[in-house]
Amino acid sequence: MAAGVETTTMGLDHRKLGMWTFLGSEFLFFGAFVSAYLLYLDTTAGGPGVEIFDIPFTSISSFVLLMSSLTMVLAHHAHAQGDLRRMRLWILATAGQGAVFLGGQVFEFNVFVREGLTISESPFASSFYVLTGFHGMHVFVGILLLMSVYVLSLIGKIKPTQHVKTEMIGLYWHFVDIVWVVIFTVVYLIPEIAVLE
Amino acid sequence: MSSTDAPEQASSTDEHDDHHPTPRQYVNIAVVLAVLTALEVSTYFLDFGVIAIPLLVILMVVKFLYVAGWFMHLKFDSRVFGRMMYTGLFLALGLYALAIIVILFDSATIA
Amino acid sequence: MSSSTVEKSGFSGRPKGESGIGAWLTTTDHKKIGIMYFFTVLVFFALGGAESGLIRAQLAQAEQNLLTEEIYNQVFTMHGITMVFLVVMPLSAAFFNYLIPLMIGARDVAFPRLNAFSYWVYLFGGIFLYSSFLLGGAPNGSWVGYAPLSTDAVSNMAFYAAGLNIVGVSSLAAAINFIVTILNMRAPGMTFMRMPVFIWMSLVTNFLLLFALPIIAVALFMLNADAVFGAQFFEPGTGGDPVLYQHLFWLFGHPEVYIMILPAMGIVSEILPVGARKPLFGYAAVVFAGAAIGFIGFGVWAHHMFTSAIGPVARSAFALSTMFIAVPTGIKIFNWVFTMWGGKLRFTTPMLFSIGFISMFTIGGLSGVTHAIVPHNAQQHDTYYVVAHFHYVLFGGALFGLIGGVYYWFPKVTGKLMSEKLGKVHFWTWLLGFNLTFGPMHMSGLLGQPRRTAVLPGELGGTVEIYNLLSSLGVVVLTVSALVFLFNLIASIKGGVPSGNDPWDARTLEWLTPSPTPYENFPIIPTVTHRDEFWHRKYAEDDAGKAIPVPAGAAEDHDADAEPEHIHMPDPSYWPLVQTLGFFPFGYGLVYGNFWLIGIGLAWLVIGLYGWIIEPLAEGDDDDPVDEPARPGARAGAH
Ligand code: HEM
Ligand SMILES: [Cu+2]
Repeated sequence: MAAGVETTTMGLDHRKLGMWTFLGSEFLFFGAFVSAYLLYLDTTAGGPGVEIFDIPFTSISSFVLLMSSLTMVLAHHAHAQGDLRRMRLWILATAGQGAVFLGGQVFEFNVFVREGLTISESPFASSFYVLTGFHGMHVFVGILLLMSVYVLSLIGKIKPTQHVKTEMIGLYWHFVDIVWVVIFTVVYLIPEIAVLE
Repeated sequence: MSSTDAPEQASSTDEHDDHHPTPRQYVNIAVVLAVLTALEVSTYFLDFGVIAIPLLVILMVVKFLYVAGWFMHLKFDSRVFGRMMYTGLFLALGLYALAIIVILFDSATIA
Repeated sequence: MSSSTVEKSGFSGRPKGESGIGAWLTTTDHKKIGIMYFFTVLVFFALGGAESGLIRAQLAQAEQNLLTEEIYNQVFTMHGITMVFLVVMPLSAAFFNYLIPLMIGARDVAFPRLNAFSYWVYLFGGIFLYSSFLLGGAPNGSWVGYAPLSTDAVSNMAFYAAGLNIVGVSSLAAAINFIVTILNMRAPGMTFMRMPVFIWMSLVTNFLLLFALPIIAVALFMLNADAVFGAQFFEPGTGGDPVLYQHLFWLFGHPEVYIMILPAMGIVSEILPVGARKPLFGYAAVVFAGAAIGFIGFGVWAHHMFTSAIGPVARSAFALSTMFIAVPTGIKIFNWVFTMWGGKLRFTTPMLFSIGFISMFTIGGLSGVTHAIVPHNAQQHDTYYVVAHFHYVLFGGALFGLIGGVYYWFPKVTGKLMSEKLGKVHFWTWLLGFNLTFGPMHMSGLLGQPRRTAVLPGELGGTVEIYNLLSSLGVVVLTVSALVFLFNLIASIKGGVPSGNDPWDARTLEWLTPSPTPYENFPIIPTVTHRDEFWHRKYAEDDAGKAIPVPAGAAEDHDADAEPEHIHMPDPSYWPLVQTLGFFPFGYGLVYGNFWLIGIGLAWLVIGLYGWIIEPLAEGDDDDPVDEPARPGARAGAH
């Protein structure tokens, strides 16, 4: 409904409250996949295990995704100032970095499969692919959302005053980034180091 | 969650007018995040011994808090938003930790 | 009403009709959506009921073969899925939809189109699940879908995994919608502790949905991946752990039982004070008990796994936490009883169903406590004793409460009364049929009758056979009773006695507006100063604390010459309906492992989303409202 923020009970924007509510529930979604992955770390059925990870490569794509949060927040900042041109620029940069990350993931999956880690190889493989795959899906959805903000602002459907729209996409994007912060440490780094020792 | 009446009624309507960070601050945060990430990755190349894993966990939490606090504006926005998120986060942590404990430590003994 | 002011911009206009079938298909009105939920539930209840009839026909005598074992398994599985996910949960959603905005003094939910989306996803998810009967057989691995049986193609459980995930999307979207609505759209002065108990229970239920649904989504995705895409999550052959599935399922499953019961508890907490002409006894206790149940409800899941692979420490811990959760439940029962105590009881049909709820639910709760005793549990597990227990809480509990709610709010929705005479016939036959069907199952279960078994073994002996015959006779009574209800419903819709605006002398805001509810709910948004606001507008208390009517008090906000507000209502939209059709290709793709179909489904959903975003908004945008004066006094008077 068209209730402006001032007229809501808690003085909060419906959409932002809704987005945060949704993000709260997403922790239970990713948490379950991460738990399964941790349980299955050693359950490799004789196939490849965590030693297959290419930490330098993943570090770079993680870094790219992390920095996309910066461009995202700058896009929102520009929009809050009413500067749609600059907002679009940062949006493109964000989506571009997201695409680089996704490309990295596709490449990584291809390498792993060639090295014998298919989804049917072991519970370890299944939980790795499904967890990181779902994260990749989230990134993909994020890119779609970013592109729609881009296009809609071009054709005048998103106005300079409507920065909450960019902020919402931003919340989602940062959340996806946060999840990757956790995945990078818990799924890649820690198991890898534990194996090295 | 929300069980009190206290924060009702527009305590934080003016989300956008007050102390929003400047682009400069955002960049600073990003630099900090980059440095922390570099530190994380270095645990792979250098031998940190027993502190490696605790260190990684701490770094992860710090990065998490920076992104949530600054980029997602939790520091500046209504506390209700943070509560929504942390309810989910801590519920997930608690439940899954408990489930993992039950699975790992008790599965062998079917009385 | 603003729907006529839509500017025709872009390629898509918005639908306009307010009547006719088109109006229903494109509606974003929470009242219409609630009504659609209700009638859809009736259809699925008939299907689920027919399935239970087949089960009971098969088990009426020992060693019968009316159904093949294959069919029997499909039938009891679909019965369980239907009743849980397509009847009780959406029936609660029907009440959420219709009542939440009315009870908090709002004109709609926070996201009206998302609300329509939820309904269509539910409907299509149900159709999707039932289409399995025509596509090689329905799921037959029971409503819990334990791996590794469920990952085997023979169990058809891919339909279960994909179908429940679709239905889950509906509930998740609805949960977010209702949480935001309740937190953020209350009328001025409606503080948390002035909210009706039904609103409180709705809030808790929707938080449970919010946090429990992602867990089962994960379990189902894993199941789907195992069954269709060759993943190994639960395959013992490569080291997968089927017990992980059980944990994930019940991490969701136990909150789920509270998701089913809390709305009914909320409804009963509204009906009892009205029927007893007294305020609810211990409002705060009922509210906090409800919240406590919601919270503790996450910490008891492994009591469903006492006979599975969890160790002795876990067994003891979960036995304790389970007994602990009986405490808040007990608190509620006491509060209901004390609400009635000393009241001027009127035994109307809604009141009878509420009392039926309390008694039947208490029986189910007591047998539930016996499950918490671990050695006892080992004896009962997977026997008909368990079937008796959960029907006492789900049917005797949730469904009795919900049906009571139907009788109670029918006048609100239609402006007519349901026949009290038929209502009482319905209640007494329902109570009798219910106890006849499920009472004997306690006994046959303790005598060893196994659950989920296609043929009643003759070796169990004549006593068990008599109990089973009684159970099956009970279904006949229930069927007759259900037909009475259906007749009453239809006859009252067509020719019920006009009810007036306030037939029960009620207490809460929804009765402040005329019945049937006008399109905009409240001509003027009321300002709330009391719990039981409507009651306080009608009655004052004399020195002895007795209620005395205030002449014309209720009319306060309905001044004929009050300045009319500029009211914006959400416009109808095609997109929720169009978009959700994409779940069909998506779902079948997941079942058949066909990436083309999945891709088409996803593309469809995305395109639908764009249509949704681009369609013109008559009511303006949240950041860019069409010029409108703010709701008068929206922020005033709350403190
Ligand atoms: C119309 C009256 C009903 C009858 C006669 C009936 C009968 C039955 C019977 C005989 C079973 C046992 C199947 C077996 O374990 O072999 C069963 C299972 C079940 N029923 Fe009902 N039921 C009725 C209504 C309901 C309602 C209202 C609900 C709940 C909301 C419900 C939920 C379930 C569930 C969850 C199962 C377990 C299915 C499974 O084991 O997978 N039933 N029902
Ligand atoms: Cu339980």
